[in-house]
Amino acid sequence: MSIIRTLSTSKRVLNQLKHDKRTLALIFIVPPILLTILKYVFDGQSRIFDSIAPMLLGIFPMIMMFLISSIITLRERSSGTLNRLMTMPISKSDFIFGYALAFSIIGLLQALLAAGVMLGLLKVPVVGGTIETLIIAVIASFLGTSLGLFTSAFAKSEFQAIQFMPAFIFPQLLVCGLFVARNNMSRLLQLFADVMPLSYSVDAMKQVANTSGWSSVLIKDIIVVLIFALIALVLGSFTIKRKE
Amino acid sequence: MVSAIEIEELNVSVAKNIKILNDIKLSLPSGKIIGFIGPSGAGKTTLIRSIVGSLKITSGRISVLGLPAGSKQLRNRVAYMTQELSVYPDLTIKENLNYFITMMGINKKSSENMLSDLLKTVELESKSNVLVSNLSSGQKQRVSLAISLIGSPELLVLDEPTVGLDPVLREKLWKLFKTLSEQGKTLIISSHSMDEASRCDYLVLVRNGKIIADQTPQNIMEQTGCTNIEDSFLELVGGKE
Repeated sequence: MSIIRTLSTSKRVLNQLKHDKRTLALIFIVPPILLTILKYVFDGQSRIFDSIAPMLLGIFPMIMMFLISSIITLRERSSGTLNRLMTMPISKSDFIFGYALAFSIIGLLQALLAAGVMLGLLKVPVVGGTIETLIIAVIASFLGTSLGLFTSAFAKSEFQAIQFMPAFIFPQLLVCGLFVARNNMSRLLQLFADVMPLSYSVDAMKQVANTSGWSSVLIKDIIVVLIFALIALVLGSFTIKRKE
Repeated sequence: MVSAIEIEELNVSVAKNIKILNDIKLSLPSGKIIGFIGPSGAGKTTLIRSIVGSLKITSGRISVLGLPAGSKQLRNRVAYMTQELSVYPDLTIKENLNYFITMMGINKKSSENMLSDLLKTVELESKSNVLVSNLSSGQKQRVSLAISLIGSPELLVLDEPTVGLDPVLREKLWKLFKTLSEQGKTLIISSHSMDEASRCDYLVLVRNGKIIADQTPQNIMEQTGCTNIEDSFLELVGGKE
C-alpha cells in the first residue's frame, strides 16, 4: 500500500465532487433542512424530537455516503477507469482506502454542519458533547462508504445501485430502534437488528445523547461499527479484479 | 527479429464454452507498429486484453517483454488505452493527467515536466484546465492517449485509438505513433479500418477469433497477389470459406 497513491486517490475523488457543486450542496444542505423540518413536525413535542435528532445524525451520513460511494464507484467500474487503473502499479487497498478517506472527510463536513444546526439552532440537548457526536457521525459515514463500495460490485447500472438503498439500508433503518425500541420488536427482528451495523451506529448516538464520557457500551458500539466497516472494505477490495 | 510478444496456443472462452479466441499462435516484433485488423466482433479486444493481462485466459501462454502477461513487473512497462475513454469526465485534463502520473509512481519533481510534455504531445496545452466533459470526442480521445503515454512505456496497447477522429487529427496521431516507434517503442493498434492497415509495420488479421494472417503488409499483399490490404483480407477470407 502506498500513502501517496491513497492520498492522491482521495484528492481526486474530492476534486470530482468539487466540480459537482449541486451534489455538494445536496450533501451538506439536505440533512440540516430535514432536521429542521422534523423539529416542526414534532412541534410542541420537543422531547420526542430531542430523542430522535441525535439518532438521525448517525443515520444521515451513512445513507448519503452509501449512495454517493456506490454510484461513484459503479461509474469507475463501468467507465473503464478502474480497468485502466488496475493495469497500473496502484494496489487495491490504495484505491479502497483512498475512497474511504475522501468520503470520511465529506462525512465530517456534513456532520459538522448538521450537528451545528442540531445543537446550535435547534437546541437539542446532547449530554455526551459535540466531539463525541461528530466522531460517531464520521464513523457512520465511513460505514456508509464501505457498504457502498462493496455493494456497487453487484450493480450493473446506477438505477440498480439506487435500488440497493431500499433493499439494503431500509430494513436496517426499520429495525435500528429509530421508530420502535428494539426490545419491543419480535424476537426474530431483534436478532436481525443485532447483526446489522446501523443498529450499533444508532445505539452509539443514543449513548452520546444520554450519557457523558466514553462509557464501555459506547466504545463497544463504536468498535462493532468499525469492524463492520472494515469487513465491508475488505470484501469490497475482493470485488475489484485485475483479471476478469 | 526480437519478439516483444510471444503467444502460444491461446484460447479464450466465455460462458457456455463460447470460444472468442481459438488456438492463437503469434510472435510479434518489438519496436514496430503492429496492427490488429479485423471486423467488429472478430476478437481484437479480447486478444488485446489477454496481452495486457486484464482478462482470464482459458488456456495457452502469453509472454510480454519476456514476462508472463499481467505480471506486476509489467505495470510500469506496458500502457493500455481501452476502447472506452477511461478518463474522469468530471476532472480537468490537468487533474486527470496528474492523478494518473502519481498512480504510475512518478515523483513530483519529474511530474511537472511530464505533464507539460504530454499536453504538448497531444496538443491540448491551451485546454489543460478544461473539464474533460466539456471537450469534443476527439479531444477526449487525446486525453486518453496522453494517459497511455505516461512514464514512457515500452509497449503501448491502443484499442481503436483513432475511431471517430477527423482525418487531420488521425494523420497527426499516426505521425505520433511513427515517432514513438522510431524511439524503439512497440505499439499494438487495433482497428477495423483497412486503410489504417497500410500504415502499420506488421499486421495481424483477425476474423472469428482466429488469425488469418500475420506478416508485414507487403508480404501479405505479395502472398495474396493483391495491391491493397482490403483486397488481401477479402482474398484470405474467401480462401478460407
